[in-house]
Amino acid sequence: MASVVIRDVRKAFGPVEVLHGVSVDIADGEFVVLVGPSGCGKSTLLRMLAGLENISGGDISIGGRVVNNVPPKDRDIAMVFQNYALYPHMTVRQNMAFSMKLAGAPAAAMEAEVQRAAKILGLDALLERYPRQLSGGQRQRVAMGRAIVRNPQVFLFDEPLSNLDAKLRVQMRAEIKDLHQRLKVTTVYVTHDQIEAMTMADKIVVMNGGNVEQAGPPLVLYDRPANLFVAGFIGSPAMNLLRGSPGQGGFIAEGGGVLPLPPGTPAQAGVYGIRPEHIRLAGPEGLAATVQMIEPTGSETQVTVRLGETLITCAFRERITAQPGDTIQIEPDLGLVHLFDSASGQRLGA
Amino acid sequence: MSASTHPRWVREKRDPSWLARLLDWKPLLVVACLAPAVGLLLVFLTYPLGLGIWLAFTDTTIGRAGVWVGLENFEYLLEDRLWWNAVFYSVFYTGVATLLKFGLGLWLALLLNHHLPFKSILRAIILLPWIVPTVLSAIAFWWIYDPQFSIISYVFVDMLGWRTTNIDFIGSAWPARWSLIAANVWRGIPFVAISLLAGLQTISPSLYEAALLDGSTGWQRFRYITFPMLLPILAIVMTFSIIFTFTDFQLVYAITRGGPVNSTQLLATLAFQRGIPGGQLGEGAAIAVSMIPFLVAATLFSYFALARRKWQQGEGND
Ligand SMILES: Nc1ncnc2c1ncn2[C@@H]1O[C@H](COP(=O)(O)OP(=O)(O)OP(=O)(O)O)[C@@H](O)[C@H]1O
Ligand SMILES: [Mg+2]
Repeated sequence: MASVVIRDVRKAFGPVEVLHGVSVDIADGEFVVLVGPSGCGKSTLLRMLAGLENISGGDISIGGRVVNNVPPKDRDIAMVFQNYALYPHMTVRQNMAFSMKLAGAPAAAMEAEVQRAAKILGLDALLERYPRQLSGGQRQRVAMGRAIVRNPQVFLFDEPLSNLDAKLRVQMRAEIKDLHQRLKVTTVYVTHDQIEAMTMADKIVVMNGGNVEQAGPPLVLYDRPANLFVAGFIGSPAMNLLRGSPGQGGFIAEGGGVLPLPPGTPAQAGVYGIRPEHIRLAGPEGLAATVQMIEPTGSETQVTVRLGETLITCAFRERITAQPGDTIQIEPDLGLVHLFDSASGQRLGA
Repeated sequence: MSASTHPRWVREKRDPSWLARLLDWKPLLVVACLAPAVGLLLVFLTYPLGLGIWLAFTDTTIGRAGVWVGLENFEYLLEDRLWWNAVFYSVFYTGVATLLKFGLGLWLALLLNHHLPFKSILRAIILLPWIVPTVLSAIAFWWIYDPQFSIISYVFVDMLGWRTTNIDFIGSAWPARWSLIAANVWRGIPFVAISLLAGLQTISPSLYEAALLDGSTGWQRFRYITFPMLLPILAIVMTFSIIFTFTDFQLVYAITRGGPVNSTQLLATLAFQRGIPGGQLGEGAAIAVSMIPFLVAATLFSYFALARRKWQQGEGND
């Protein structure tokens, strides 16, 4: 087990720089999720950690040792690839034991390690099968088993669940998290799914266009997004972000409508953010809004309303009987309003 | 809107014409589609093969239709020292040339699979020996192996001064045998290298990355990933290569004509020699037919080596 420090790391493919100075601190035993839209450089950063891509600038250290020029096999890391990269001509047992076989481990030790990993992952019955004879979830588990057998300092996962169906994904999510709690190995996990990030991470690193937008515990990112990108990226359904300016005793949205502001609002606030789940149904004193669309999900009801021309998504715990075209009264939770500077996109106030 | 100015178009249901129905009639389709292939096979494959086998059981000579003599031709071959020599050299030629072709071809394929500058030009150059018509390259080799004007002798004798006499490439038995093998290897490498390169490129790079993280050395990656994954294609290519080499005719015929004193006679050249210049069509055909068991053995080898390995079975696309 080891801590990982990524210090101002840059990566260029030829003339194109895809990582522009990324810094992340990962404590020993921490579960860190790299999340961001497609093409933002998550896989690239992970592959640099693994040693599969060389480092154009900055330093990566694992367990206090700078590994910029250390070859992959000496970094003591294990990686689970998105396509699993199982050796198709080896059985599950051989796949899992491969790293030990390469190192010349005795057969008994190999068998013991394979059994240990198989027990952890429930693979006991599949040891003689070939990868082709396994389902997606089983292959995923074998890939994890191969990593566990290594007893690595750091686990790396690159979108390991993206090939699985929704139900299996939820199940494997829980298994990976459970595995981490048992083994306590430092883990870096890449995904573009913010729900995966929220549910699994000790710390989320939100990346965008080769930069880190914000890093912190999931709930900090949810409660206090540092900028517009994180605000829009974390949370589902996404936060309402309304452009406008303070005035008339509230916030005048560009498309029409005046929303209440908490006291002490900075005058330069240019974007008003409120999460759908932080809007309540209100009495007659609330804002009158026209219902545009209703999407019940069972546990809650998502309602898109129009305030002038401004569209706002709300998520209510209550069942809504209103029809599109009806008028309802809504009220944002003043304590949970986020304000951003419109030019820089940075969060304003505490 | 323009849509409202046009009358609405309705798809009408029409019965297909008699011609369309006839062309949809399965028996007719089966016959029509199979006939050309069957015809071609009969005319160009079965007939000559059948005729050859028939001739092998007769005492036909050029200009005189023969009579059925049963196994007489084959009995004669078994006592024929020249036939035994040809069998020996055919097997030796095929074995040594195949080994060399695969050793060098695999090495070339591995080199070309790396990122090299001018990769596509290199690949094109490698294909050259294969594109040149065999007879043309055979004539080039004939020239290279010439006792008097050989370029190799010139380099060693006149330029480097390592030897005082010209090298005798095809004037005596063993040098001639090895010289022909060298020519065959030169000609056969491109096929092997390019086929194996195609095989190498189907191996997912992430397997190598996984093996890299698993702590493998370069040799271990070759031994445990590349080689087993290449084995199916290796077996196919090897079968073809063995068959082509065993039945080789052009190179030997153009360079040595089977000489000196029949020492480089392959079964194919011996069959031709007996049958056409020698006029003993029946005996020549028997020699040609005697190659069949060897070819069948090579094919069987590939059939079993190629039998889908267990790891290739089952569903999945990965
Ligand atoms: N080998 C390469 N050569 C050139 N550009 C590359 C290479 N690999 C990645 N890139 C570029 O680097 C950027 C980051 O790629 P990366 O694979 O890290 O994205 P990602 O965040 O993992 O995206 P995804 O969620 O789609 O997997 C992309 O713009 C991509 O085009
Ligand atoms: Mg990726």
